Amino acid sequence: MDKTEVLVIGSGPAGLKGALGAAEQGAKVTLVERDPFLGGQLVKQTHMFFGSKEQYASERGFKIAEKLTAAVEEHSAIRVLKEAAALGYYDDGVVTLELKGRVLPVSFNTMIMATGAQENTLMFPNCDLPGIYGAGAVQTLMNVYGVLPGKRVAMLGAGNIGVIVSYQLLQAGVEVPAIIEAAPDIGAYHVHASKVRRMGVPIYTSHTVVSAHGKDFLEKITVAELSDSWQPVPGTERELDVDVLCIAVGLTPLTEILFQAGCEMAYIPELGGHVPRRSAVLETSVPNIFVAGDVSGIEEASAAMVEGTIAGLKAALNLGYGRDSYEEKIAAAHRELASLRKGPTGEKIRSGLDHLEQAGEVRQ
Amino acid sequence: MRIQNHPILDFKKGKKVSFTFDGSRFEGYEGEPIAAALHAAGVKVLSHSRQHKRPRGFWCAIGNCSSCNMQVDGVPNVRTCVEPLREGMVVQIQQGKGEVGGAPDG
Ligand SMILES: Cc1cc2nc3c(=O)[nH]c(=O)nc-3n(C[C@H](O)[C@H](O)[C@H](O)COP(=O)(O)OP(=O)(O)OC[C@H]3O[C@@H](n4cnc5c(N)ncnc54)[C@H](O)[C@@H]3O)c2cc1C
Repeated sequence: MDKTEVLVIGSGPAGLKGALGAAEQGAKVTLVERDPFLGGQLVKQTHMFFGSKEQYASERGFKIAEKLTAAVEEHSAIRVLKEAAALGYYDDGVVTLELKGRVLPVSFNTMIMATGAQENTLMFPNCDLPGIYGAGAVQTLMNVYGVLPGKRVAMLGAGNIGVIVSYQLLQAGVEVPAIIEAAPDIGAYHVHASKVRRMGVPIYTSHTVVSAHGKDFLEKITVAELSDSWQPVPGTERELDVDVLCIAVGLTPLTEILFQAGCEMAYIPELGGHVPRRSAVLETSVPNIFVAGDVSGIEEASAAMVEGTIAGLKAALNLGYGRDSYEEKIAAAHRELASLRKGPTGEKIRSGLDHLEQAGEVRQ
Repeated sequence: MRIQNHPILDFKKGKKVSFTFDGSRFEGYEGEPIAAALHAAGVKVLSHSRQHKRPRGFWCAIGNCSSCNMQVDGVPNVRTCVEPLREGMVVQIQQGKGEVGGAPDG
């Protein structure tokens, strides 16, 4: 049996900051990541980030990952296990990892779950054809491994992910004939949307993909306009020849292990689905189990980093580390979170968090 | 198809290795996911659905969805979107669910 004080699962922005937050207070941390590299979603982000200076605004995502990874790998109190997938949680408080083809049980004093999210799918005839990929998957293929997803790629979803990945496809030399969005408005920040429009990519709002065509893989999609009640309008169908369709219709938190651990969960659509109820310092209803980042509600890397710090500070405090600086550091982090969530872009997350709070106080 | 020139990224590639896919010889770079090497070589169909035998490709690229599960060196249900490619690998489209400890040819 392997033992650690703080077990951090997932090494995206939330997990990296969680590990650093706890280690800087004096705790001994084990950070586990199922990929062969650290950084989570950040490693494939080639665009400059928004947010405040504390969260590395106007740096490219993969550069932020490089900096945080270096800080984590240099820290003597953090042990990093890569290619180590957390498999499950057991009643005696043990988490099992799959490491190099073997199962390694780990016991811990406190745990920070920072597993991120997975992409949502969408149902339409032939939606399972090869060539129909998650937008994040296409980004991984293209920006991490340098492989082109196809020649002509349509994007379904005009939120930030859909629009940013469309831009990255253009940068890689792929043709993007259309971005299709079911809602009447573009969800992405306008700077991103304007950038792809300037490059000649039309964004069709109030439109959707009604079917896909092809024998062994995608050759064509049928797109139609949607009525005010979100029904395809007969007679508006048109066909588009594409070899790839990217689906960018949102993410769902990866919460399996939290369910297994018996954390109280609530279904909050604005946060992406089932999310754990938690205190203001991100402790779930199971004492010593914390959450941070997209697994606690789909948001952004900037907020994920601050959440990671908060969870790390409190996970260390529960072990008796960092009493002197705790209050001050937590207050500063809460101020940062509040400033990231203010204004119209933070509306959805604020409303989701309100709904979560209405579900009642977290019982422990 | 691989990206030759990118305005922002440099791709660090491993050494060139060869492997077989359903008996034919392919090349890829060591350490990249098997599915990435296959995709670069134009192979899109990686598995078939159990009941209706519909073609399945890659979907999530993070080892979650099982759409890219294949038989690799005789081991079934390998998540090829995250499994690093190595010299001499024998990659096959899997028939059925696969058997734990089954014969190498399935
Ligand atoms: C195209 C795109 C553009 C974006 N642009 C921006 C932007 O401009 N600004 C911004 O702030 N945010 C942006 N984001 C959002 C941001 O990337 C995410 O919100 C952020 O990465 C979430 O961080 P995380 O640490 O919670 O999860 P992730 O980054 O998803 O990391 C989770 C990690 O956990 C690992 N993991 C999961 N399960 C296990 C397990 N069982 N065992 C071990 N490891 C596991 C995963 O492999 C992964 O490395 C963008 C996202 C996308 C897709």
